Amino acid sequence: MADSAARNSDADRVPELSELFAGFLAISLSGFGGVLPWARRMLVERRGWLNEREFAEALALCQFLPGPNIVNMSIIVGSRFRGVAGALAAFAGLVGVPLLIMMACGALYLRYGELETLRGALVGLAAGAAGLLVAMAVKMTMPLVRERRVSAILFALAAFAAVGLLRLPLYWAVLVLAPLSMLWCYWRPR
Amino acid sequence: MNGGPILSFTLHLALLSLVAVGGVNAIVPELHRQTVEVTGALTAQQFADLFAIGQAAPGPNVLFVTLIGWQLAGFSGALLATAALTVPTCTITYFVTRTWDRFKDAPWRIAMQAGAVPVTIGFVAASALLIARAADQNVAAFAITAATTAVALWGRVNPLWALAAAAALGLAGLV
Repeated sequence: MADSAARNSDADRVPELSELFAGFLAISLSGFGGVLPWARRMLVERRGWLNEREFAEALALCQFLPGPNIVNMSIIVGSRFRGVAGALAAFAGLVGVPLLIMMACGALYLRYGELETLRGALVGLAAGAAGLLVAMAVKMTMPLVRERRVSAILFALAAFAAVGLLRLPLYWAVLVLAPLSMLWCYWRPR
Repeated sequence: MNGGPILSFTLHLALLSLVAVGGVNAIVPELHRQTVEVTGALTAQQFADLFAIGQAAPGPNVLFVTLIGWQLAGFSGALLATAALTVPTCTITYFVTRTWDRFKDAPWRIAMQAGAVPVTIGFVAASALLIARAADQNVAAFAITAATTAVALWGRVNPLWALAAAAALGLAGLV
């Protein structure tokens, strides 16, 4: 993936650790409710650290591996330019400040979470956040429905029923359903 | 709170992180099971509250587990939970990214990824059901969930505005 010849000369300069930190910090703070579109804008358009093809390949890797896609992206981009130190710098940029914000939120919630006025706002917010999650599930399901991938829909339904309705431990659902689904894809590619 | 809940929670998180393909939304049901149903460390409403704060705050929404960690054991709990969820997968990513070129077009690799997608979708749908069930205690809350879903699916504005409106309605005492 590190074929720098494919990139234009302007982007050939290897970014400093501080730039990796700042770049991912900007991504994390601009990315309210979904960071990936911002990541593309920052990494490809603004900083020119990756070209379109490299971004698409890095994203495919992020989606293949476990863990949040954007966190994996920070490791891939950081390590590609500056090894372990680069990975740490990009990761710290992405997670550091939001982590502090979250801790402040956690402290406030612990202290004032039962306050009557705040309860109202939280109840509304929680109902809204549930809607975002419902929309996400619908959006992810649509391609399967559009392409009439019956077997994939059945696997999704089985996973939903096992974990959402029967409340079985996720581990069991993963250990049973994921290998079956993967083997199915392997043997019946189309 | 003593060290018991946070330590077992941390171990669970480290394991769970390995199956969290795509992010934290897929493992919400198991987080809920552990913290609400098995240990009773949080109520269902607290869990839904924390999830909502995690969505509304800036940054990757993995940091939802930071909030749970804080709730269980304060500062060290928040750090432990965040590390447990990110360190294992970041380490894997670091090593795999160097060999990715060698197997990125391999049929088994493509089948693995394609096979993981439907299972992940099922988990995200289960997360949605759980959170909605905890959050929607009355008709008004249910209507907010439905409206936010619609805005996120078909709206042309950032769904964060829908979240802000939902919080404002709640603050005004309408939920």
